[in-house]
Amino acid sequence: MSGVTSINLVENALLVSIQDDVTDTEIVELQETLSNRIAKENVKGVILDISSLEIVDTFVGRVIAQLAGISRLLAAETYVVGMRPAVAVTLVELGMYLPEIRTALSLTHALSQLRRA
Amino acid sequence: MPQTATANILTILETDFSGVVEEWLGTQVKEGVKRSDLFSDSESRGQNQELLKAFVKGIRAGVVNEEFSLDDDAWEDLRAVLADVSKERVGRGVTPTEMATFVLALKAPLFKRLEAMPGVEGGKLIRDVLMVTRLVDAFAIYTNEIFIGERDQIIERQRQEMLELSTPVVELWDRVLTLPLIGTLDSARAQEVMENLLQTILERQAEVVIMDITGVGTVDTQVAQHLLRAAAAVRLMGAECIISGISPMIAQTMVQLGIDVGTVSTRSSIRTALSDALQKVGYVIKTSEAS
Repeated sequence: MSGVTSINLVENALLVSIQDDVTDTEIVELQETLSNRIAKENVKGVILDISSLEIVDTFVGRVIAQLAGISRLLAAETYVVGMRPAVAVTLVELGMYLPEIRTALSLTHALSQLRRA
Repeated sequence: MPQTATANILTILETDFSGVVEEWLGTQVKEGVKRSDLFSDSESRGQNQELLKAFVKGIRAGVVNEEFSLDDDAWEDLRAVLADVSKERVGRGVTPTEMATFVLALKAPLFKRLEAMPGVEGGKLIRDVLMVTRLVDAFAIYTNEIFIGERDQIIERQRQEMLELSTPVVELWDRVLTLPLIGTLDSARAQEVMENLLQTILERQAEVVIMDITGVGTVDTQVAQHLLRAAAAVRLMGAECIISGISPMIAQTMVQLGIDVGTVSTRSSIRTALSDALQKVGYVIKTSEAS
């Protein structure tokens, strides 16, 4: 488990905060740690907080999509919260519309959507 | 007889300044470029006098060995006066041809006076005529350059204003934004619109955005692409996007073009879009009991 990425249980979801200086190795490690936690704690959702992420590339975009795919298989919905405008524009320009993820404005917004689901 | 190439020209302009101005005006009338509908007589005369004065000053100091360049310091006055006059004329809708002919009309009175000068004939006359032609031509070309530059500035300013005017993001209700799009949606505008919209979503924490395209004349593949990209970015930010104002005509075109809107919701009018949006954020619209 890397030091820069934390996973916390909030209600019935896992909150993952991705830091701006996250490296490619750390993000791959995160995939493994996260899938184990989802299975073990039997959560309904995963919330990826990327509000501190200022730059994304296709790699990060793909990893996010994969995380969503993994959680879906383990019966949890993935919500990406706090995406910055510049990041959203970049992802769209890269052609990564990420249809497999759900999005929310903030943690509160995501939790209320999870409760409704 | 003075030796410099411009001596005769200067003599004419100094001894018969007002005569030249009057005849210049006369030639302008003859050529049909004196816009009496736009400028009063005294205004035109004033402009011509000032231009000619600056022109004389430039010739006196700026022509060395028959060579000159209007970019030199000696011509600074002429450039300044010209800038003012051009600005004035562009503002009132004078065409570039009229502007150039207006300056070129100065040749006739000068030629006539050179011809009448005692001792100026044959080779000397041709030399002087050539000099006048070069000076006035440079003057005219420069005028046109300033004229076009002036127009470019107007176009640029209007483009900027249009960009600013055309991207208002309006908060309709708590967490509900609307973006009324009007006119054409090219790449530059689409970019501006998208950035503006995403920033506002962040600031207002808006959950639903209505993009209204009632005012967009035509939707081709490119416009649709811009709209859908904006909708995708809105979704990535965590808000929901409704495209409203899709007329039956546009719906038909979009299907014929094979545009797939995917999961983006579309509505025909902003009215239905608004009621959907309010429902999504937890409000209902109902008539008051009194009515």
